[in-house]
Amino acid sequence: MSKLMKLNLKVWRQKNAESAGNFEEYKIDASPDMSFLEMFDVLNEQLIETGKEPVAFDHDCREGICGMCSMVIDGRPHGPKQGVTTCQLHMRSFNDGDTITVEPWRANGFPVIKDLTVNRSAFDRIIAAGGFVSTNAGNAVDANSILVPKEIADEAFEAATCIGCGACVSACKNASAMLFVGAKVTQLAMLPQGQPERQSRVVAMVNQMDAEGFGACTNTGACAAECPKQIPLSVIATLNREYISAKMNGK
Amino acid sequence: MKLLSFLFTSSIGRKVLMAVTGLSLVAFLLVHAGINACIFFNDGGETFNHAAEFMAHNWLIRASEIGLFLGLILHIAQGLSLTANNNQKRNAKYGASAGNANSKWYSRSMGILGSLLLIFLVMHLKHFWVVSRFTNEIQEAAGSTLFDEMVFVFADPIPVIVYVIGCISLAYHLLHGFQSAFQSLGINHPAYSPIIKSIGAGFSIIVPLVFAAMPIAMHLGWIK
Repeated sequence: MSKLMKLNLKVWRQKNAESAGNFEEYKIDASPDMSFLEMFDVLNEQLIETGKEPVAFDHDCREGICGMCSMVIDGRPHGPKQGVTTCQLHMRSFNDGDTITVEPWRANGFPVIKDLTVNRSAFDRIIAAGGFVSTNAGNAVDANSILVPKEIADEAFEAATCIGCGACVSACKNASAMLFVGAKVTQLAMLPQGQPERQSRVVAMVNQMDAEGFGACTNTGACAAECPKQIPLSVIATLNREYISAKMNGK
Repeated sequence: MKLLSFLFTSSIGRKVLMAVTGLSLVAFLLVHAGINACIFFNDGGETFNHAAEFMAHNWLIRASEIGLFLGLILHIAQGLSLTANNNQKRNAKYGASAGNANSKWYSRSMGILGSLLLIFLVMHLKHFWVVSRFTNEIQEAAGSTLFDEMVFVFADPIPVIVYVIGCISLAYHLLHGFQSAFQSLGINHPAYSPIIKSIGAGFSIIVPLVFAAMPIAMHLGWIK
């Protein structure tokens, strides 16, 4: 078994959305083989044993596909590694004796529920505004009856890998949700199934995004650099293009 | 007009306006740098004064000047309001920040760089544009040309320093702004974007360098 690492944690504690919140410091012995969330499980067990309130944090699949885990670690969403979620981050990425600062996603569009958990239902409302295709129910159609060129399918799939975690918003200095909305709009605009609602969709989703209190894009590229699914910045250009063309058509 | 109202109301539309006005200012900079570089003929400002005279009296240039000022005002007003707006989207600030890990400092500082440029611009317009358009100071002064005005202004080291700082701000503002404008207009392509970025980087270094060389050369007496 690997030697345990002694770590100092500075964790954001906040009772609820209304309270102010502050950093609390904890000491923990962690195995380098633990994931970051497992380290938090150990921390919470310690807290429960000493009769203290455990730290609330979001998690679900713990294999990097659900998008639930959040946490800004030392100022970076999902921690220092590229292309991973917090659950895929391991303590071996840190050094013995490190002080690690852990905070929630911070954006007006994502109000804190408690400690490290934030309310990301703004993303659900953006999807509900237009991130879908309408199709008539009926018999299942034959597979491959709608042909899609391989390159287009690949590009749409690349955008579709977005797990809606919100790291893009948390990394952006303007708390902009453009990478998320760009990924969803690109995915549907590329495919034949997305064509009927193509223009009304982009306008509705951008309107909802603005209404939710997310900022405008200044093309710093922080979102794409921090995206655990490495969605490229080009989806924002596609979003801009789709939006401009919809507006020019009077949508 | 309703068709274009999104340029002032939606987050994407406002960026499109920044991009269009920004690129028109880039075109202006190219003309401005080209004309002013005529002082480097070092012929006592003869070529430069000739070019300046043409710019002042050609009706097409004068008409574009109105468009230029309109674009400039839109760029400044929209930029300031966008920056203020974006700064209000995160009320609770981060305890630890690692901005340099995922983006360049100048891409995050366009508001500050732009404000520095605005301060420089007010001084710059007062030095040359107001003097040549609205007062008779140049005519009444001993030498009586724009070139003489340059010699006069840059004899003092303070404006030279302010102009060089202005040029550095311009370089970083362009380094982000040039390529960012294309992204805002939806132009991002694996084959063309690297070319746009290279041209942008070249423009952002060469043009401010040419501008900065003018006050320095005049102050040091290399251009007479």
